[in-house]
Amino acid sequence: MTKKNEKAGNDLMKHIKPVIRHRLFIPIVFLIFLLLINIFIKPGFLKIGLGKDINGNPVLIGNIINILNNSTELVILAIGMSFVTACSRGQDISVGSTIAIVGGVVMRVLCGNETQPTELKAPVIVAFILGCLAGMLCGAFNGILVSRFNIQPMVATLILFTAGRSLGSMAMGGLKPKAVASFSYYGNFFPGFPIPTPILITAAVIIITCIAMKKTNLGLYTRAVGINDKSSRLNGIEPSRIKFMSYVIMGLCVGIAGFIQASRVQTVNPYTIVPGIEMDAILAVALGGNSLGGGSLNLPGSIVGAYTIQTLTSMLTTLNVNTNAIPVFKAVIIIVLVAIQTPAVKRLFGRKTQAAKPALGGGKESA
Amino acid sequence: MQEVLLTMKGISKYFPGVRALHNVDFTLREGEIHALMGENGAGKSTLIKVLTGVHAKDSGNIYIKGHSKPVNIRSPQEAHKLGISTVYQEITLCPNLTVAENLFIGRTDKLLVNWRETNNRAAEILKNLKIPAKPTQQLSNCSIAVQQMVAIARAVDMECKILILDEPTSSLDEQEVARLFGLMRDLKERGVGIIFVTHFLDQMYEICDKVTILRGGELVGEYQVSEIPRVELVAKMMGKELGDLAAIHNEAKGIKDENKEPVIEAEGLSSVSGIKPFNFKAYKGEVTGFAGLLGSGRSECVRAIFGADRVTKGKLRIKGEEVAVTSPIKAMKKGIGYLSEDRKRDGIIGDLSVRENIILALQAMRGFFRPFTKAQAEAFADEYVKMLGIKTASLDTPVNSLSGGNQQKVILARWLLTHPEYLILDEPTRGIDIGTKVEIQKLVLKLASEGMSITFISSEIEEMLRTCSRLIVMRDLYVVGELEGEDMTQDKIMYTIAGVSDQNDKEE
Repeated sequence: MTKKNEKAGNDLMKHIKPVIRHRLFIPIVFLIFLLLINIFIKPGFLKIGLGKDINGNPVLIGNIINILNNSTELVILAIGMSFVTACSRGQDISVGSTIAIVGGVVMRVLCGNETQPTELKAPVIVAFILGCLAGMLCGAFNGILVSRFNIQPMVATLILFTAGRSLGSMAMGGLKPKAVASFSYYGNFFPGFPIPTPILITAAVIIITCIAMKKTNLGLYTRAVGINDKSSRLNGIEPSRIKFMSYVIMGLCVGIAGFIQASRVQTVNPYTIVPGIEMDAILAVALGGNSLGGGSLNLPGSIVGAYTIQTLTSMLTTLNVNTNAIPVFKAVIIIVLVAIQTPAVKRLFGRKTQAAKPALGGGKESA
Repeated sequence: MQEVLLTMKGISKYFPGVRALHNVDFTLREGEIHALMGENGAGKSTLIKVLTGVHAKDSGNIYIKGHSKPVNIRSPQEAHKLGISTVYQEITLCPNLTVAENLFIGRTDKLLVNWRETNNRAAEILKNLKIPAKPTQQLSNCSIAVQQMVAIARAVDMECKILILDEPTSSLDEQEVARLFGLMRDLKERGVGIIFVTHFLDQMYEICDKVTILRGGELVGEYQVSEIPRVELVAKMMGKELGDLAAIHNEAKGIKDENKEPVIEAEGLSSVSGIKPFNFKAYKGEVTGFAGLLGSGRSECVRAIFGADRVTKGKLRIKGEEVAVTSPIKAMKKGIGYLSEDRKRDGIIGDLSVRENIILALQAMRGFFRPFTKAQAEAFADEYVKMLGIKTASLDTPVNSLSGGNQQKVILARWLLTHPEYLILDEPTRGIDIGTKVEIQKLVLKLASEGMSITFISSEIEEMLRTCSRLIVMRDLYVVGELEGEDMTQDKIMYTIAGVSDQNDKEE
């Protein structure tokens, strides 16, 4: 009887182990945990209903929708940050400031030199493309510093981190224009369509990323360069080119995020737009189980990490935590979360996984 | 007779699975420059590390002048206190500080520093040792040689009696070496005992009084430099007796066809690594080899051909067509493969899986926008894992969890998969078990017989004799000879390395 139980237990372990060891296990478990707390605090948390927006159009409302909507910029930035982290072994801290630049460019294109134009001065698509180009240009600047001049990523990106918000203001000619309502569709709703546009854009970005990962060697090259760039070069990969590219990709992500951000309120205050989002993006990458020291590229992890951070923020808001105190709670929770993923703590709790390793080694010898 | 400064007796040091030092004796006298020589894995660095307290010895005794009992050196700080200082090949000073600051940093407990006095004292030391530097000059503005001399001055000023110079001349040019030697002679007259670790034969003969040779962790012997002929020294380092013609059969079948165009032709090629311009040809179906001691420039030659080091001078023709190989990928696209010397640093990409490691080079050649499907990659990897008998739990296992020999086979698979016309194997058998070694040698001969041109580099001379049909011999960054056919014997190789090939029949 006991033997049978043991066997059943072993079988169970066999199925559970891969799940526990999966690289998405901790991020997802934590996200679920947060959602459960939210449900506990607010029983109607998961409810999605049909409401009306300010123009009286039917739209989806609910906490989940809000979280998905509000995390758009973070998710997109986390994807770019994953590439940068994986191959250049450092982070881009200029993304928040670059969003200000992108926002400035988008507003200038749409409003020209007027503060309250009655119509858009250029098609939105033009503003979008120019915004993305501005972001990519900033990324290229960072990329050159990192890949050609071998400056540490954080130091290289410190330049735009410092100057970006002023540049954003200059891009708008020192004005603070507000675009007409038709520009707001991209950060809110298209009239008559119930799903917030940012959610659709997030989905599109994720799908495009998936395709890029499937159809190109982006993933393999990025990881190879991050793990061992000398060796990569001897195998025919140009590490500096890949690093440069990762910063341009980051710039494109910033461009998209900046465009959405500008559209949300149809205006941009370069000095207060997305405060501290660069740190949230880096945290999302860390929460996703990516090593901030480079070499690992777990995009799904980063995306889950981004949603986790947004869920956490919205939970703290629901709990009526003072807006100014939110960062403290966030910090504490994040420390715990990152700590339990470090090898030191894993060793402390995970004797079993340690014991399993030599067995694997033995297997490979005898195989 | 000068007094004995240091005696190391019966020193042994074991690392898990490795006997790094076994019963080694070493003696250093006052005012003596004593060379420590040996090939890879001879135990030079372990001996130095034992002496400087980095490693604890497992057995044996160290006696130092002025101490009646054997001393126990447990840390580099204790070694310092006993008057033992080390200057490494890489400068371990702070480049952003001034010369004077570097001379005195960390040597005082005082909270306040009198800068004028410090600078004056520094000026005195520099003048005494004739080092051309100003005390207030930032160290990074000095040449590497001067930086090295400052490091030595610091050691000397700290009352060091025993100075260890670990390959100090590797990154110096001839004039700088001459300057450094001047300083060394100066110190010698002051009675400092110098242990000089080097690979350069010429330099050893120029400056040293005695030489201790290690091999495979054991002491070969201590010799007066003036009494040991070069060729004997080389023989001792390689562990071969002169005239020991123990029939090593040359199974190499690769025969070059002079009428044919060479696959690779280098003319006056040199690179940033510092090798002197060399000429080299490789033909289809031939196994060539670069022989020479460690640091003689073997790897640097092939790295220049592959574009791994930036080429500064010379021409490279691939199948008659002159090409500028400015990066490895260009060389790869022209059909060259290069298995690099240092597997851990330049070969494997540790956290990537076996499958990814195998397809990497071919994938890079195929292009960024044309990734292999997982099934394709799996098929490639599977084929070569079977062909080379790579022992791995699965194709998704990270390559750094494999044993050294299997890692090497993974890299070999990577290059075979690119189907190169010219394959360079730089120390493919280092640090792997004997069985795998033989397998790799056999594979090399088989590939050559199928028409591939191969360059094989190894520190083990038998291995070269067994596989190569032509040997390029190198010494101190120069190509000094080319041997083939009848001439390819151990003795000839050693004479050529030693640079006395003209007299080989007469004297020794």
